[in-house]
Amino acid sequence: MAGLVKLTIDGRSVEVPAGTLVINAAKTAGIEIPAFCYYEGLALQAACRMCLVEVEKAPKLLTACTLPVQEGMVVHTDSPKVAEARKAMLEFLLTNHPLDCPVCDKGGECELQDMTFRYGAGESRFLEQKVHVPEKQFSPLVYFDAPRCILCYRCVRICDEGLGVKALGVVNRGVSTEIGPNAGDHLECDECGMCIDICPVGALTSGRYRYRTRPWEMEHVGTICTHCADGCKTTLGVRNGAIIRANNRNRSGLNGEFLCIKGRFGFDFTEHPERLRSPLVREGDGFRAVSWAQAVALVARRFGEIRSRGGRFGVIGSNRTTNEENYYLQKFARRVLGTNNIDHPRTGDVAALVDALAGRPGAWATTADFYQTKAALVIASDLAQQHPLLAFQLRANWRHHGLRLYVVTPGPVREDQYSVRSLRAPEAESLAAAQTLAEELRREPELVVLFGDAVKGEAVRRLVEFGDSLGIPVKYVCLVDYSNSRGAADMGLLPDLLPGYRPAAEPGLALPEMLADPALEALWVVGANPLKDASLAAEAAFVVVQDLFLTETARRADVVLPAASLYEKSGTVTNVCGEVQRLAKALSIPGTKSDLEIFGMIARAMGAEIGPARPEKVFEEIRTSVAGYNVPLPVLATGGAAQAAPSGGRLPVKWRPELIRPARNTLFRSGSLGRYSKSLNIVIESPGELYRA
Amino acid sequence: MLYNEPSPLEVRILTRRFGLPNSQSIDTYLATDGYVGFRKALEMPPERIIEEVKISNLRGRGGAGFPAGLKWSFVPRESPKPKYIVVNADEGEPGTCKDRVLMENDPHQLLEGMLIAARAVGAETGYIYIRGEYRYIIEIMDRAIEEAYARGYLGRNILGTGMNFDVYTHTGAGSYECGEESALLESLEGKRGQPRIRPPFPAVSGAFGCPTVLNNVETFCAVPAILRDGGVAFAELGTPRNGGTRLFALSGHINRPGVYELPMGFNLLRMIEEVGGGIRGGRKLKAVIPGGSSCPVLKAEECDLAMDFDSVAKAGSMLGSGGVIVMDETTDIVKVAVRVMKFYQHESCGWCVPCREGTIWLRKILERLDQGRGRPGDIDLIEEISKNMLGRTFCPLGDAAAMPTISYVQKFREEFEARLPKPVAIEAEPLVVL
Amino acid sequence: MTFSRELEAKFEKLITRYPPGRQRAALIPMLLYAQDEVGAITQEVVEEISRRLRVTPLEIEEVVSYYSMLHKEPRGKYHFQVCTNISCMLLGGQELFEYLKGKLGIDNGGVTPDGLFSLEEVECIGACSWAPALQVNYDYHHFVTRDKLDRLIDDLRKVQ
Ligand SMILES: Cc1cc2nc3c(=O)[nH]c(=O)nc-3n(C[C@H](O)[C@H](O)[C@H](O)COP(=O)(O)O)c2cc1C
Ligand code: SF4
Ligand code: FES
Repeated sequence: MAGLVKLTIDGRSVEVPAGTLVINAAKTAGIEIPAFCYYEGLALQAACRMCLVEVEKAPKLLTACTLPVQEGMVVHTDSPKVAEARKAMLEFLLTNHPLDCPVCDKGGECELQDMTFRYGAGESRFLEQKVHVPEKQFSPLVYFDAPRCILCYRCVRICDEGLGVKALGVVNRGVSTEIGPNAGDHLECDECGMCIDICPVGALTSGRYRYRTRPWEMEHVGTICTHCADGCKTTLGVRNGAIIRANNRNRSGLNGEFLCIKGRFGFDFTEHPERLRSPLVREGDGFRAVSWAQAVALVARRFGEIRSRGGRFGVIGSNRTTNEENYYLQKFARRVLGTNNIDHPRTGDVAALVDALAGRPGAWATTADFYQTKAALVIASDLAQQHPLLAFQLRANWRHHGLRLYVVTPGPVREDQYSVRSLRAPEAESLAAAQTLAEELRREPELVVLFGDAVKGEAVRRLVEFGDSLGIPVKYVCLVDYSNSRGAADMGLLPDLLPGYRPAAEPGLALPEMLADPALEALWVVGANPLKDASLAAEAAFVVVQDLFLTETARRADVVLPAASLYEKSGTVTNVCGEVQRLAKALSIPGTKSDLEIFGMIARAMGAEIGPARPEKVFEEIRTSVAGYNVPLPVLATGGAAQAAPSGGRLPVKWRPELIRPARNTLFRSGSLGRYSKSLNIVIESPGELYRA
Repeated sequence: MLYNEPSPLEVRILTRRFGLPNSQSIDTYLATDGYVGFRKALEMPPERIIEEVKISNLRGRGGAGFPAGLKWSFVPRESPKPKYIVVNADEGEPGTCKDRVLMENDPHQLLEGMLIAARAVGAETGYIYIRGEYRYIIEIMDRAIEEAYARGYLGRNILGTGMNFDVYTHTGAGSYECGEESALLESLEGKRGQPRIRPPFPAVSGAFGCPTVLNNVETFCAVPAILRDGGVAFAELGTPRNGGTRLFALSGHINRPGVYELPMGFNLLRMIEEVGGGIRGGRKLKAVIPGGSSCPVLKAEECDLAMDFDSVAKAGSMLGSGGVIVMDETTDIVKVAVRVMKFYQHESCGWCVPCREGTIWLRKILERLDQGRGRPGDIDLIEEISKNMLGRTFCPLGDAAAMPTISYVQKFREEFEARLPKPVAIEAEPLVVL
Repeated sequence: MTFSRELEAKFEKLITRYPPGRQRAALIPMLLYAQDEVGAITQEVVEEISRRLRVTPLEIEEVVSYYSMLHKEPRGKYHFQVCTNISCMLLGGQELFEYLKGKLGIDNGGVTPDGLFSLEEVECIGACSWAPALQVNYDYHHFVTRDKLDRLIDDLRKVQ
């Protein structure tokens, strides 16, 4: 953008880059110009007319939301003329708008209410019959009440421009104009609920939240979404120990205001009736509820026996537990149980990328890169479904900066809408197919490469070699599937790699090997469900399972320990880009304990000395001992994300690509946990399908 | 073909072929120096054509009266994008029915005007956006277009000059707002008739995002004569800065309603008396809407007036689209105000708040008032609501609804007051908002 | 769904009139011509045109619900559109409309049981100087009087 432009707003002289809109120029001077239809990042509308300002030498008031600054321009936002116009616009807006604020779901956080309070008249001169139309249910999650709608078109734009779904449109004309759904009388879309959040009034409301509380009665806890690996900050609205809403209106976190259906509605598993609320021990074919003391004692005793006779342990960690828990668990396994038989359900080959990028910490892409990079290459992932935030970032980048996107997938994906090239290739051949793009990619100034589980083991190095051959700066993201899949690998939930990818002296058994080993004497499964589609060879093995629900694996357990979910604990998680973020405990479910706490109890009962089981203490140890994790605490403390880029040397390990088994989650699936979220299952789009665009 | 007798007082430039046997055919057209202006234009450098149009003082006949030559000069000479000529034949302004007769009686004149404009700005495609109700006009234009292709006046390498120009008709589907230039372009692209944010103006970014000359039918129809007889000759027909003749559509309480071509600046009273044959049944003149329903009304005593853009503006109204609506002493102004507002409310696209909400609000108050259910304060409220819309809407439709309404209540307030129920109604309690 | 040969030919021409990639421009004409033939913008029409122009049904609904000449419900064989806007109103347009209501026994937007006639009060149709005016389908009728209306309706009934 060209040089700076000087103008005067309300007597204050302001200097902003040429092309800046007056509404934003004013912001830089701390002057607020009210607006409904103007929304940063979305197309201009100039429909609500709230932002009218007086510009000297202009015959009439102009909309600050569409007016680019000009040298020497003199703007008044506080003149009687402007005040009068605002008052008039609000009066118009309120004529057909119901005035039942006390019973409106949006009451208390309604922009129309606030504006009227600030700029409106105290009374209405409108004494006619209001236009009325009945409320509609667009989907189980999205309701629309036309009379409340002020037609700012934010929802239409976020759905079209932001998501690329275009499920909302404008129908009818004049005063009967309404927002309409894409499937006749209902919506068929991502059910992300962005339209609900972005609605300034009570027109679009959430099927899960509406009329359940007043906003000010909630406690707002900003934490990290437990579902996919993108690591969106989600602000949970908690009341009486229950989560009733999730959004991120304050735009904190690396996702700004973005959330997909999982982040916005998928929290309801916490209150699912089948949630485990007490430890269980096997009794015949069934279970008996016991106290925590009894359960822990039992586990400690059996672990102790098996250890003393040198019996074989297997430990399977989780994609959803915190870094602290993962670190502590592997430490427990290796120090206390004396085994390297530890693993987790791997959904992407992070280790292989660590190896290929040895000594290049700068080559790990961050979430911000997706919005900034000039070019990106997606290999074998249905981003819009598997990584909604990354997809959103890339689309925004394309809209705002003209990103050049290349796509190589087995089937159609939404990114095809704007990609410069889309190639179709079976996952196995996707790397080869990507390499055919060399000529075009070489012409790009820079590149970010996102690759799914199809590229693993040796293929990862070949990919990076290909990147090097382009002669341009290239950054990478190894796409993994769950909220802390990355952290599980970083923290050494691997048989051959210790935290920070330090090679283990002698590698232990990998997950499938544990399940297949008849000689296994104890299997300890934490927040994973390996027996969902496999069986345990060691019939006699003593099985301990920590989980939220009685999963297929838990049903086989001898002891089941009810665990707390990510929303019910503190600690840190690491997202797909290696960005570490801190959790905030939003609630606690009676009868459950965090996995870390459980580890601590078992350790104590076994008389093991592996340090205090407190998140801060464990994280301190992680920072000092795990390569790349020496992240600045203040950043985390203030809700920021700090990237941990492992940058050790090459890894002397044998690649086992067959161990990478992707979750293949869609927007409406989230592994075993997803089955317990009503929201994810009641929408008609559920369960969804990959590569169907 | 002609629905009213011509008047001896007419100065027939654009309508000179009206009434000739099959005036629609290209043969008639060519026999009456048709396409002469275009042939001249082919000899002239584009800048000269635009210069000639500027000299002619031709101002837009669609309503705004913007100088046509000046508008054409805004089209960038060098443009990587194709350029377009778009004819506004939406003719939706109540009181207006002139474009219809121009296309019906002399379709080739419009085509020639488009050709000259195309030549002037370097456009190779033209669209005639015709309101959906004018289906038979679309057929007439399509036939004329076929003839022009057949005779080499359209298509590739026109008259062997290497010039290319294609013309297509495009039907609307019922929307007054689609007469607004940017809404028209949206509609042309297959979308809702919602206006666009300007700038950029069509001359820079119009049809399909390309430089576009968009003018009213009558504006284009004046161009062949300008090129044929020269801009000066055309200018001299009118008054300063208001070149030429224009078609006035006389309607209402008048003996000889009809569309008449008169010089710019023709006196309004004479127009009513001598051209229109005076008021029906010898009644007295009460008021006149000089340029279509969007224009403030003129009381009888304000009508001794030269009908050109500047004079009518000075009189506090607008020449608009030349739709002169004459109202005699029996006219119920409140009913007129109600009907006019009903129209704008029905046609408001709904995009922007003041127009969408203001027109329905005004309509409801006016209808109440008309039905004798008025409240004290209503009349002031009508005026205030209108003023709250004025100059604040996205496109001029909001103003078009507000301006005449203000004029009705201001100029005929006593008629509105007479509607208020006699026994003074109880003070209306203001509703408290929050 | 398929349309008459004439209409198909028309559509073919239509789509070529607009710049490459801008075939959506043909949407409104296609809808109107299809409606003329089918009688209304039916679900089938929407799906067919959506397929041909690669616009979504929602995008079509946005357009259909905007334009007053496009309608999803079938109308009478003879659709009477009476202008009551100001020029016509001054010369009895409103009264003519009321008269027709009574004569046809239907309200604004109504269709006679035999499906022969339908009635609509419309805005200015560009016949102000020859008011009062109305359109039957696309045909204009100027200087309309009650007698003319009576005769017109009788004639239309006879055509049956
Ligand atoms: C609500 C509205 C309706 C309009 N309708 C018409 C119309 O039907 N025909 C027309 O030529 N211009 C109409 N105009 C004016 C056009 O916006 C535009 O100014 C004109 O077509 C430009 O052509 P001209 O310069 O030759 O007049 C309308 C404007 C507005 C705001
Ligand atoms: S003024 Fe506003 S609502 Fe009215 S027609 Fe123009 S844009 Fe539409
Ligand atoms: S914010 Fe400018 S018009 Fe709505």
